[in-house]
Amino acid sequence: MVEYKPIRKVVSGNYAAAYAVKHARVQVVAAYPITPQTSIIEKIAEFIANGETDIQYVPVESEHSAMAATIGASATGARAFTATAAQGLALMHEMLHWASGARLPIVMVDVNRAMAPPWSVWDDQTDSLAQRDTGWMQFYAENNQEVYDGVLMAFKVAETVNVPVMVVESAFILSHTYDVVEMIPQELVDEFLPPRKPLYTLTDFDNPISVGALATPADYYEFRYKLAKAHEDAKKVIKEVGKEFGERFGRDYSDMIEKGHVDDADFVFMGLGSLMGTVKEAVDLLRSEGYKVGYAKVRWFRPFPREELLEIAEKVKGIAVLDRNFSFGQEGILFNEAKGALYGTGARPIMKNYIVGLGGRDFTVRDVRAIAENMKEIIESGKLDREVEWFHLKR
Amino acid sequence: MGLENTLFGEKKAEARKLTFRSIEQYPEAPVSLGTTLSNFTGDWRTFMPVIDESKCVKCYICWKFCPEPAIYIKPDGYVAVDYDYCKGCGICANECPTNAITMEKEEK
Repeated sequence: MVEYKPIRKVVSGNYAAAYAVKHARVQVVAAYPITPQTSIIEKIAEFIANGETDIQYVPVESEHSAMAATIGASATGARAFTATAAQGLALMHEMLHWASGARLPIVMVDVNRAMAPPWSVWDDQTDSLAQRDTGWMQFYAENNQEVYDGVLMAFKVAETVNVPVMVVESAFILSHTYDVVEMIPQELVDEFLPPRKPLYTLTDFDNPISVGALATPADYYEFRYKLAKAHEDAKKVIKEVGKEFGERFGRDYSDMIEKGHVDDADFVFMGLGSLMGTVKEAVDLLRSEGYKVGYAKVRWFRPFPREELLEIAEKVKGIAVLDRNFSFGQEGILFNEAKGALYGTGARPIMKNYIVGLGGRDFTVRDVRAIAENMKEIIESGKLDREVEWFHLKR
Repeated sequence: MGLENTLFGEKKAEARKLTFRSIEQYPEAPVSLGTTLSNFTGDWRTFMPVIDESKCVKCYICWKFCPEPAIYIKPDGYVAVDYDYCKGCGICANECPTNAITMEKEEK
């Protein structure tokens, strides 16, 4: 094995994604530009123009077509990628079901952007979380490094269980913010991620198949079970791939929930993506001041890491769930999922939902401190003031 | 059912219905394995066309109109239905100028 010497580059989250696509030796990219995703596919186009990669690039007329073309490419056995955001992801919705239902290991980067109206291009998780039931796995990146690592691991996980993966990063906070990213030399990426071995291909002319064919009520049910089981099986694969990544490249992803100070915390902050970077910073500060706090950063939202969540819930008195998203008529989406996963278990931590950062509203260390003070009061008094709090609301 | 002269010609002999009896027998992805030779569509049918040869004038209008096509011409010149593929749409019965084809509820 070649010794691992990382290549350090200062890149945006979007460029980190584009480099990962090149290093993963993706064969087909079909995409349509949308803010704040555009610089991912521009960078890929630049790699092609410079002769640095032989990716087949398919410019299409909409996101629906982008996903359709990616599905077609993947069905021939190719490693295929696309990227989008917000309204673009919503337009893909129908095709997302086709990709997962046909069991095609496509990887897509979604740059979390608020759904309009009102028109907004800023960070908000509702676009990707609204695709919860499409059968895609979802990985949330905290920083640019995790965007790069996430895309590489996503291909390996997807191609092992034959389920597509959405790698999610934050609009602007990651997509357009430059940071140091350790990249992996090509020959080492090749060792980690060998060429795809497809289950079936449209180009195997001796064994003809049709993809997305009809299944009558006599057979549809079984195929749904197969997809459900693939998601369950993926949990083990995710842990193995995350562990292997750590052994090879020094960054361990064997936990689907990254935990900090959980063992001696009264309560933890739980959330997805870049806002957990702010939380980690704040937790260090709060602990230095005597607060017994920790964090639980949910890396994989689908499949949902219910077992790991239970381990955390059994140790702490409270969980502050931070949702940069909202399911209208109910509550924050991660909060809803977490409560559902714990129902029927013995774990009964006090859980409170803080709706934060919608549409790119700044979420700062000061905000985390205010939440910590509120949670401390709740735990000491044993009384939950309200279950769901619109934290930033101008009152 | 006389299948000696079907739209699939000699290949019809290879036709074999694929039935999955347990979850393990299913392919991992929902692809149709093989052609219609292993994916019979006749079991979608509720009403089956029945041909009365005493009324048939061998005009072959049913043969032309069948969208499947699941009507074939036998060596004796009369028409017959390939029930492995006939979906029971009833177009043949509707078009038949002598009412030689009737749609009858099928007992399965």
